[in-house]
Amino acid sequence: MAANHAARWRMPALAELDGRLAQWLLVLVCAALSLFLLAPLAAMLVLAVQDREGNFAGLAQFAAYLEMPGLAESVWNSLWVSATVTLITVPAAFAFAYALQRSCMPGRSLLRLAGLSPLLGPSLVAAIAFIQWFGNQGALKVLMGGVSIYGAPGIILSASYATFPHALMILTAALANADGRLYEAADALGASRWRRFLTVTLPGAKYGLISAAMVVFSYTISDFGIPKVIGGNFRMLAVDIYQQVIGQQNFNRGAVVGLILLLPALFAFIVDWRMQRRAQAALTARAVPYVARPARLRDGLGLFYCTVVAGLLLAVLGMAVYTSFVTFWPYNLAPTLRHYVFGLDEAGVISAYYNSLRMAAATALLGTAFIFFTAWLLEKTRGADVLRPFLRLMAALPMGVPGLVLGLGYVIFFNAPDNPLGGLYQTMAIMVVANVVHYYSSCHLTAVTALKAIDREFEAVSASLKVSGFLTLWRVTLPVCLPAVLEIGRYLFVNAMTTVSALVFIYASHTLPAAVSILHLDEAGEIGPAAAMATLIVATSTLVCLLYAVFSHLLLRRTQAWRQARP
Amino acid sequence: MKRRTMLQLLTAVGVAGALALPAHAQKVTLNVYTALETDQLKAYQEGFNRVHPDIEIRWTRDSTGIITAKLLAEKSNPVADVVMGVAASSMAVFDREGLLQPYAPAGLQRVRAEYRDQANPPKWVGMDVWGAAICYNTVEAQKLGLPKIESWRDLTRPEFRGKVVMPNPASSGTGFFDVTAWLQIFGEQAGWEYMDRLHDNIAVYTHSGSKPCRMAGAGEFPVGISFEYRANATRESGAPIEVVYPSEGLGWDLEAAGIVSGTKKLEAARKLLDWAISDDAMQLYAKNFAVVAVPGFASRLTHVPADYEQRLVNNDFAWMAANRDAILAEWQKRYATKSEPK
Repeated sequence: MAANHAARWRMPALAELDGRLAQWLLVLVCAALSLFLLAPLAAMLVLAVQDREGNFAGLAQFAAYLEMPGLAESVWNSLWVSATVTLITVPAAFAFAYALQRSCMPGRSLLRLAGLSPLLGPSLVAAIAFIQWFGNQGALKVLMGGVSIYGAPGIILSASYATFPHALMILTAALANADGRLYEAADALGASRWRRFLTVTLPGAKYGLISAAMVVFSYTISDFGIPKVIGGNFRMLAVDIYQQVIGQQNFNRGAVVGLILLLPALFAFIVDWRMQRRAQAALTARAVPYVARPARLRDGLGLFYCTVVAGLLLAVLGMAVYTSFVTFWPYNLAPTLRHYVFGLDEAGVISAYYNSLRMAAATALLGTAFIFFTAWLLEKTRGADVLRPFLRLMAALPMGVPGLVLGLGYVIFFNAPDNPLGGLYQTMAIMVVANVVHYYSSCHLTAVTALKAIDREFEAVSASLKVSGFLTLWRVTLPVCLPAVLEIGRYLFVNAMTTVSALVFIYASHTLPAAVSILHLDEAGEIGPAAAMATLIVATSTLVCLLYAVFSHLLLRRTQAWRQARP
Repeated sequence: MKRRTMLQLLTAVGVAGALALPAHAQKVTLNVYTALETDQLKAYQEGFNRVHPDIEIRWTRDSTGIITAKLLAEKSNPVADVVMGVAASSMAVFDREGLLQPYAPAGLQRVRAEYRDQANPPKWVGMDVWGAAICYNTVEAQKLGLPKIESWRDLTRPEFRGKVVMPNPASSGTGFFDVTAWLQIFGEQAGWEYMDRLHDNIAVYTHSGSKPCRMAGAGEFPVGISFEYRANATRESGAPIEVVYPSEGLGWDLEAAGIVSGTKKLEAARKLLDWAISDDAMQLYAKNFAVVAVPGFASRLTHVPADYEQRLVNNDFAWMAANRDAILAEWQKRYATKSEPK
């Protein structure tokens, strides 16, 4: 009887049930994001309309901040530096991604890893390495032509370096899938390569390009780690936050700056939302996957360009590795292993390293599953339309939130005496969640970019075949998007290994992560041990990336056979 | 539904917490927030545990700015039981928020009056003094042919144009006490005039008090205005620097200790504060600092002038706290923007 009952249920209601389940899940992910992103953020930013005693103060804090001398300069500096970094990074990353995805040059997987290498070390290490290359004692100081690295030049260099992999990840996903028929058509019509590039390739990657530009811009404008180390006297909004909160303990005014810094993310959300309506899938159900054929000139140029960029990127990490093996830079360059011994001897550094490993693994596993599934719900299911813009906004917000604001928001919200989730505070779990939230935007955009490339027709077909949409996700969508999914997992892992800004407020004495202990060593002037610890992290992340590459190669060979061009 | 998930979550967290509890549950654990150096922590913990083996200290260590911001963010439900080795200027901020529990540790009268809170019983007590110091890179100075430095005024000589680094007072407590010291030594008007001239020679204002000395140590810039402990530690690590204590007077702050109000471990917290001003503790502090809160403990530091303590300016922490916003606004107006209004 039960079977009978079930059969009667299943046949007519599958599509409806499917839709309803998806809507409930949508509500659930919205609730999760409200709880772990919106609520902590609000707990911090509400301080912008309060005075120090916690009374409502209207716009008084804004007025006080606007009256501060040099504010216009901060705003202008933030804008032009971020725009410059965007103009450098996005084309550079696009060319790199293009060579990786659309050429037959050798060594692509190694070059891809080199392209992502800025993620492997803590951002602090990069800024220090730039000082060692271009500072007053720098090996390449002559290249600066008498211009000091401290200030806009240093910030632009370091930020371009730091944002390169974020843009590369999104653009690689954007160029992963293309319809080979379009290229055949272009060739048949006698279009030149350049014209084909302009009319087929670029439009196909438009969504990825705009997303990458917004991520790079928001990242640069909201990051205070780089200007803090290499910015000298150069004023930016993110430095203002640091001065207000850390320098003067004025949370209220820091919250004002935090709110102002959300504007670029808000703008990004609006652009994203407008583009949704015009977006077209590149990979329709009838598409033939495009596979690049060898072309000597293109492959040669690609290889040359990627090798040069990879070399430059690796030189930055190389300086940190070098520093970890010399006695006292720059005065005593005798080689030594002392820093490793000292660094490992330091109280808790080894346990910090294990903390980081556990945290990064959890972040990669949970984060990838949650982010990809949420992106899928957003792109491939129907109904609950009021929630969708909200979800897009939630996904865009994190890129405009300085880690410092997020971290303090977590403290204020989760440590509140009446919060039923208070038990999470001071645990590893809360750090994992904070990492996922902090790096949400790029991962979300990568997932959406990959999903957008797949025609909705797949869902329509599966619905008409009475196959659950969830089964289509498992059988078709996930395998097609697997490269992007793996990319997201790796991105989350390496970022969790190196991030500091949000965690510095929420770690407890037993959950100290390695990147924070590097910051401590650097603050204490122990540059050698700091570089040694950073080298350990870089080595670990590299090892994980290599294992990952082997694993994904095996996995992809099984799942991506459809990409092979038909004879 | 949501509530049940939450309950399950809480149970899970509770069980995990219970499993993680150490076997020796009778040991009291104190959460202590600190900005002390890691190597100092080890020595202090050992020293304290020799007297009180039954109290375990769990340190949360970070820079002064971060630790202060963290404790403030937690103020509705503090995690820390004790703050130890955090600047007195931060203690004043905590006090304003009502975060400190007054307590007179045993032997309080031995602590010099200017090195403890004026309230009775005090909200905090000082441990040691960290005063201003200049790190002067001898190798670079020789290369550049720079003259020797003995006073703050020397730094305004034209030879030092673009050669001096100091902490930004808006970002760093060290930078702030430098500025207040100059205002107190030279008087308000002459103080600002001095900073105008110094500003012409400053290459970079950094965001941390340690950074200028480390930059001087690495030869990035030959002269860094920093503080005594960092200066000595940098020289120990092999940097070719000379530490200069300018003759006009030195700004300073204290490393201080206080009990966080509402702590459930008041007994243990009091024991830690008692120890923090004990002879044992002072002897340990004296290894790293020239001046400690209880007089009569000779420093074991070399190269510290005999009259070091007399060079410290008369700090008025209340005045510094009350005028902080106004001083920083004036400073920002004069030096933080490129178009200098002169």
